[in-house]
Amino acid sequence: MSDVPDVPSLRLRRATPARIGLGRAGSGIPTAPLLEFQLAHALARDAVQTPLDADALAATLVRAGLPPPLILATGAGDRTTYLARPDLGRRLDHASRQLLEDTPAPPCDVAVVIADGLSAPAVESHAPPLLRALQTRLANWNWARVSIVRQGRVAVGDEIGALLSADLVLVLIGERPGLSSSDSLGAYLTWAPGPARCDAERNCVSNIRPPHGLTPDQAADKLAWLMTQARRRRLTGTALKDEHTALPP
Amino acid sequence: MPSVHRIATAYGATAAAALARRFEGNIEERALLGVRGAYTIRVGDYLTSADTEDWCETGPVTLVLNPRTRCRWIAETMYRIDLGAARHTFASLAALLAAASPARSGDALAGLAARSNLERVAARMVLADLPLADLLTDALVPYETDEVTRLILDGHDAAAFAALSHLTVGEFREWLLTDTTSGASIAAVSPGLTPEMVAAVSKLMRNQDLIAVARKIEVVTRFRNTLGLKGRLAVRLQPNHPTDDPLGIAAAVLDGLLMGCGDAVIGINPASDSVDAACTLLHMLDQVRLAHAIPAQTCVLTHVTNTLAAIQRGAPVDLVFQSIAGSEAANRSFGIDLAMLREAHEAALSLKRGTVGQNVMYFETGQGSALSANAHHGVDQQTMEVRAYAVAREFAPLLVNTVVGFIGPEYLYDGKQIIRAGLEDHFCGKLMGLPMGCDVCYTNHAEADQDDMDILLTLLGVAGVNFVMGVPGADDVMLGYQSTSFHDALYARDTLGLRPAPEFETWLDAVGLLDDAGRIRPVDFDRAPALLALPEAIR
Repeated sequence: MSDVPDVPSLRLRRATPARIGLGRAGSGIPTAPLLEFQLAHALARDAVQTPLDADALAATLVRAGLPPPLILATGAGDRTTYLARPDLGRRLDHASRQLLEDTPAPPCDVAVVIADGLSAPAVESHAPPLLRALQTRLANWNWARVSIVRQGRVAVGDEIGALLSADLVLVLIGERPGLSSSDSLGAYLTWAPGPARCDAERNCVSNIRPPHGLTPDQAADKLAWLMTQARRRRLTGTALKDEHTALPP
Repeated sequence: MPSVHRIATAYGATAAAALARRFEGNIEERALLGVRGAYTIRVGDYLTSADTEDWCETGPVTLVLNPRTRCRWIAETMYRIDLGAARHTFASLAALLAAASPARSGDALAGLAARSNLERVAARMVLADLPLADLLTDALVPYETDEVTRLILDGHDAAAFAALSHLTVGEFREWLLTDTTSGASIAAVSPGLTPEMVAAVSKLMRNQDLIAVARKIEVVTRFRNTLGLKGRLAVRLQPNHPTDDPLGIAAAVLDGLLMGCGDAVIGINPASDSVDAACTLLHMLDQVRLAHAIPAQTCVLTHVTNTLAAIQRGAPVDLVFQSIAGSEAANRSFGIDLAMLREAHEAALSLKRGTVGQNVMYFETGQGSALSANAHHGVDQQTMEVRAYAVAREFAPLLVNTVVGFIGPEYLYDGKQIIRAGLEDHFCGKLMGLPMGCDVCYTNHAEADQDDMDILLTLLGVAGVNFVMGVPGADDVMLGYQSTSFHDALYARDTLGLRPAPEFETWLDAVGLLDDAGRIRPVDFDRAPALLALPEAIR
């Protein structure tokens, strides 16, 4: 045993949302935490199935002073197809592509794509405040109209960014729900979006999920740093390390 | 063998004649190096379809082409079988292997899966009669454009393979299962096995075969303790935190240690991609380890380039982590190549931090990663997974972990497919000589739950898996998926009579965590700080 002084276990419990200190029934988990786990699993599975209310999200963004977003969809028409066919979720459907081709797209610094991914609740809760925080920090950037994509995956941003003639695409997308985090948002940055990009050419800020994960301000600090660096060095991906240190909460 | 570019094999008179017709004339381009089988042809020899009439009586004919020739033709068809009134043909070895695979969503997504149950069995029947040696010579992913293929073929140990070279895939299965085939005899032939041979035989095996053979094989690795011994089950303690908060991570580490977990590695998946954050966590883990003299290794599972940078900054790096896949293009999508792994391997070895051994690499894999990167070359996901093990084998890793259910339902749809894949990966890895562990896991968009994980965990425990994960309450609050818990590890050890790594077990006893029967005593978490105090820097 060590003689080093005690750390109150309560402080430890408060320092993490992880399921620590559950106790034991033999080797097994006691009944109450067993059922709490099953409750969380049920909620997460239900969150995956919740559809994105694109019109309500668009209205929220308009109320925040943005131009009306483009509302798009991929070729994965429903959740079941979306889950089984990632290839379809990476490409716009015909009508959406047509809409973008018909939309004037003067060259711009960055295009923001908001996609449901695997958690519409994450997108609806955290994308608007994050976008506001980011636009405040990069007010002198030239922003394309925001796109909202139903049944979208990260790589759909490559197609949209290219069609909008953007140097950089930022995809805000609902992450795979965890048991205690059914509303976690991820942000993916890709320089020179287009069909040739792969995942190693992106930078990601994940776990945007106040209060347990990053707040919109913390995430915006990281993203603004990455975006500035990306523009200066004309690249994203593993060659661009996240050397920005977030301020303590 | 390094010179092999593409090989066409023909079975039967008609196919052999057709094959010869395709190549007729091209011989003048000095494309042909030799014909395996009853005949040998030298470079420059002229081949006519008439020649094949002799060959077809002597069995399969294989044309070996010179890699320096830009061959534009594709080997066609060659595998077929008549079952009842139906003829089943398979256009390539890749197609045959894919069709023989147990059903899974990723192969269907790739358009490679058998179209019916009958076709799947037909493919297995053809595969069972295929000489193992054919799998050595037919490169599924082109030699000249893929460094993983070059690694496999250039590094092949022909002497070790000699003992098996006369067997078909079906006979190889029976040899593996035979009572007189011991773990040692499997280890002796292992360097002569290619991923394609290993994947092929696994497709003919039932789940119980995968368990029975894997159970024979002991792969022992060492760093600060000894992993993989028979009768032992180690656990990676996975204390992830959504914002990498050091105290929050330390809390989960304490919880895991109190339940006897952490002997495989105490390893964090960081939320941040930064070198600074990785260094902070590496120092923190090292302080905890040193404070209590824990005979275990620590790791921050960040990209290999970050770990190299951390080493250059003098951070305490025990193990180099990296996700790997089975083709050069898939590895490129991870931002790595073999040269980068070699550099990192040498950098970690140069630190000489291991006390009982110097296995310094920790790899993670998982079926579907190559397809996900569109870098699967028309090869089924299970075969591509085993090709990743050829990459791992090159670097004498301490740990190889197949994160089986993490990738999602588009690759492994439900509990049944995840369970099968977990058993396949463990078996194939062990056959390749790797210290296989398994992240028995699933995501919230897969058709699976804890009951499925209980089944896979139990089966892998019986199969002799080197290590599994220990995540607080099975809920990873950073990565957002469910793995196995500290409790699950206790269950598996207790139910199957398995014990922690020996050095770690001695330590557990020394700090008072073992009861008289060698089980982990139940300790209230509120007593944790008193039992295993955190170093001042973390408090």
